[in-house]
Formats: sequence, structure tokens, C-alpha cells
Amino acid sequence: MDEKDLLLLQLLEENSRLTIRDMAVMAEVSPEETQARIAAMEAAGVIRSYSAVIDWERAGNGEVSAIIELKVNPERDYGYDRIAERIARFRQVRSLRLITGTYDLQITVTGKNMQEVARFVSEYIAPMDRIRETATHIIMKIYKENGRTFCEKEGTERIPYSL
Amino acid sequence: MKDFISQRAREIPPSGIRKFFDLALTMEEVISLGVGEPDFPTPWNLCEASIYSIEQGGTSYTSNRGLQSLREALSRYLHEHYHLSYDPDGEMIITTGVSEGLDIAIRAIVDPGDEVLVAEPCYVSYPPCVTLAGGIPVPVQCVEKDHFCLNPDRLMEKISGKSKALIINFPNNPTGAVMRSEDLKAMADIVCDHDLILISDEVYAELTYEGRHVASATVGDLAERTITLNGFSKAYAMTGWRIGYLCAPNDICDAALKIHQYVMLCAPVMGQVAALEGIRRGEEEKDRMIREYHVRRNLFVESLNRIGLPCHLPEGAFYAFPSVEKSGLTDYEFAERLLKEEHVAAVPGSVFGSGGEGHLRCAYAVSRKDLNEAVMRMEQFISRLS
Repeated sequence: MDEKDLLLLQLLEENSRLTIRDMAVMAEVSPEETQARIAAMEAAGVIRSYSAVIDWERAGNGEVSAIIELKVNPERDYGYDRIAERIARFRQVRSLRLITGTYDLQITVTGKNMQEVARFVSEYIAPMDRIRETATHIIMKIYKENGRTFCEKEGTERIPYSL
Repeated sequence: MKDFISQRAREIPPSGIRKFFDLALTMEEVISLGVGEPDFPTPWNLCEASIYSIEQGGTSYTSNRGLQSLREALSRYLHEHYHLSYDPDGEMIITTGVSEGLDIAIRAIVDPGDEVLVAEPCYVSYPPCVTLAGGIPVPVQCVEKDHFCLNPDRLMEKISGKSKALIINFPNNPTGAVMRSEDLKAMADIVCDHDLILISDEVYAELTYEGRHVASATVGDLAERTITLNGFSKAYAMTGWRIGYLCAPNDICDAALKIHQYVMLCAPVMGQVAALEGIRRGEEEKDRMIREYHVRRNLFVESLNRIGLPCHLPEGAFYAFPSVEKSGLTDYEFAERLLKEEHVAAVPGSVFGSGGEGHLRCAYAVSRKDLNEAVMRMEQFISRLS
């Protein structure tokens, strides 16, 4: 990993639909080299995947998300890893993190409506052996996600010319 | 009724782009490459610092020189980044933008009849500020062949017994040119030999993409005869806050301070507080913006050359300065028709003085999406011409 790799990562993180040609010009390396560098970072697992940041509320999909915090009894030899892997397998679980503080794991769950999310938590997550306690927080509005703000900005008055 | 307007005010030319400005305001979906300011908002931590300070009642005058804490932080910053040594108590004034710094610098040193050499093309206010101070601006043309750097021979040709000072601006608005150490050394020898004062506007210093910026005052013996002007507008996206600074040897600084205290009293305190936060904790945000300008420059200049607008590689600032000579139009005609026909606003090079004719100043401080769209429209325009 050198400066050019870092620049390519930053460019891709902001907009993963950039063309190889444009990225090559921006990073001042050849298209072939750009392609090779990106392929190498994909192979090394540095680049995990490419995806879009979607405002589902605006898409009219009526999806509901919740953040659920879990207290977990860690397992001898494995700590939190095995239970985390089990939880991560559910399609409904969008993110899963080990955190410090009162709770141990924090997951984000999505469903069609609040009942579906509640049912998922009560039927699948809460009953798991090592889960001692859950706290469910329904997400009411998203202001910012993955570094992108979702609220509309008021246009500022930018003059057409200044010298 | 008498004509109340002073001779001096009459002598200053009106803005060269008023007509374009008014025209652009009547149009829809104009992509403007005409604005010499960052398209980013001021980094939020700088705004927060200023808002908090206002909430705490920080709304009064500051010392004429500016906040002590800001001058001390700046002095350290300039030393660490540019090897400049300025005493925060006697060699530094926080000004209301570089514009005010330029004005008081010129007024501090120019007597009626003094000639002030101005490296052109340049920011439009240099010659009028010289005129307003009673001086005579003498253009020294920087040409494309020299990558728009100041050519020592051309400078020598314009020096006379009345020459008092030289004004330069590198990285340059409008050309993006950067003077390397060796270029500056040749200039420094001439400035010293002819006992001139150098006014060096370095507001784009941070926006240097190839290597590091070399501050004029660190070259040869220039420190004792250089007024360094700089500010927060460009690097920290703080144009509207109006914060700049003037650094100079103590006697010049004191003279400028007298003018500053009568005409401005002090720079706005809210902006000074934001600037201090910028110096203390703004590096990362600043670097992020500079990185973005850098990649945009690469994209934009490559595109301009591809569509038939030859453009030298601007090593600094956020302007590309392509030649439009091949189009058969003058820079004014080109800019006017580009605006009317494709709704792309750019500034004719002639506005910036000698050496600018036949060129177009395009600021790439706009989003990549808009830059791409602008390039497409420019390409359409050019293909219609041929």
C-alpha cells in the first residue's frame, strides 16, 4: 500500500462508479496500473465490495431499521466470535459490531415494518443461549449514512464570477 | 452640479466582466467555472469554534494587529511549513482578507509617482490599488513560453529609476503557475540589486501540487525587503470570513498597521476565531480539499487538452488557463459565446492584464460532476466552431 493505493481507495469510497480511465488520470498512473492496483486490493480483501448508499425512505419502500444492543456471555476459547458469526448469518442483520460499554454487540436489523423487526428480535436473537439482554432502538429518521447527509441543503447564493 | 467623482476613482477601470456577470444571472443552469473560490463550505469544526465563541460573547474588537493567539499560532505554522520567521508582535497583522493586506501594503510603501512593477497576468486588484495609492503600475508580462513564470529579462526591461516595488502572486491566479526556487533566486537578485520591495501574495501557497511551496521571503536576502501576504480564504474555504495576514519587517509592518487601524481597526473577530481553529485543528480537512483539487486538476486539464483547448499543467491554485487561439475567436468572444450558447461561465484571460489575452480562466473549484458537464458543453461548442 502506497500513496497511490490510498488515493484510489479514497476515490472509490466516495464514488465506486468512477471509470478506470478517470481514476488513472486523477492518480497520475496508467489505466493498466490502476486496474492492477485495484485488483490487488480486492484480492487482499482491502476492498470488500461496492455498493450504493440508498435512502430507502425516499424510495418509498417503507423499510424499518433498528439498532439492537446485546449483552452476551462470551465463550471459552472463542470469546464473542462464534455467537457473532451465527448472528451475522441472518439476512436481516445489516451490520454487526463488537463494542465497548454497557452492551457487547450492536447490530442493525431491517424489516418491512416494526412488527417484523420485533418478531425477528424476539424469535431469533433474544432466545439465543448466550444472549443475556437486548435493547432495541427503532431508527426514526436518518440524517447521515456512510458519510453522506440525507437532508436537503438549502441552495447558497454562489455568484457566477469572481476574480 | 459639480462632478463629484475624484480623478483617482475615475482613473480606475470598471470590472472587465460586469457584462458577463449580468448576463449569467439571467440564465438558467449555468455551470460556472468563473468563481475564484472553493466550492466546499468552511470545515465544520471551524464554524463550530466561531459559533461557540459568539455564544460566549466573543463579538468585540480585537487588538489592531489581530488576536494574539492567532498571530502566535500563525507564526509557528509559517515557520514549520515554510521556514518563515515572523515575530507575531511586531511583524504580523491579521487583515480583512488578502485584499486589505494588499491595499495597506501598497499604501505603506508607495509615494505619488513611484512605479510599481506588477507581474501579469494577475489578480485584478493589483494595478488599481497601486493607482489609488498614487503610484504607477508597470506591467511585466509573464508568458506561456516561460510557463507563466516571471522572466528575469522581462523584469529588467521594465525597471526604471522610479521603480519602488514588485508585486507577484505564485501560485498564480489566473494561470496556476508556480515559481521554482531557481526562478525565485534570479528574481531575488534583481529585486535586491535595484533596491526594490517585493510584495508577494501567497494566498494559494497551500494549493501547490508538485513539490512544496517556496515562500519568497526565504529566498536569498529577500526577507528584509519582502511583504508576504496570505490568508485563509482559499486553503480553508473561508472566502466569506475575510481573514488574511500581512507579514513584513517591523518598520514596514508598523507603517501598514497605522493605515490598518484607521481604515479597518481590526479584522472581524468571528473570522479570526475560525482561522485559529483552522491553524490548530484544520489540517486534515484542508488536506482533504487540496487532494480533491489535485485530482480535479488532473482530470480537467487532461480533458481540456483532449477537446482541443491546449493547456499547460497548472502546478498550483485551482485554475486552468487554456489557450483559445485555435478557435479563431478572441478570449472575450469565446467566453461570451460559450456563456450564451452553452451556459458555461469562464473568464476571458485579458481581464487579468497583459499575457492573458487568447486564454480563458477556468476555475476547477467545482464538483467533478459539473466539471465533466462543463467539458462536454465546451466540446460541443468547439466542434460547432470548426
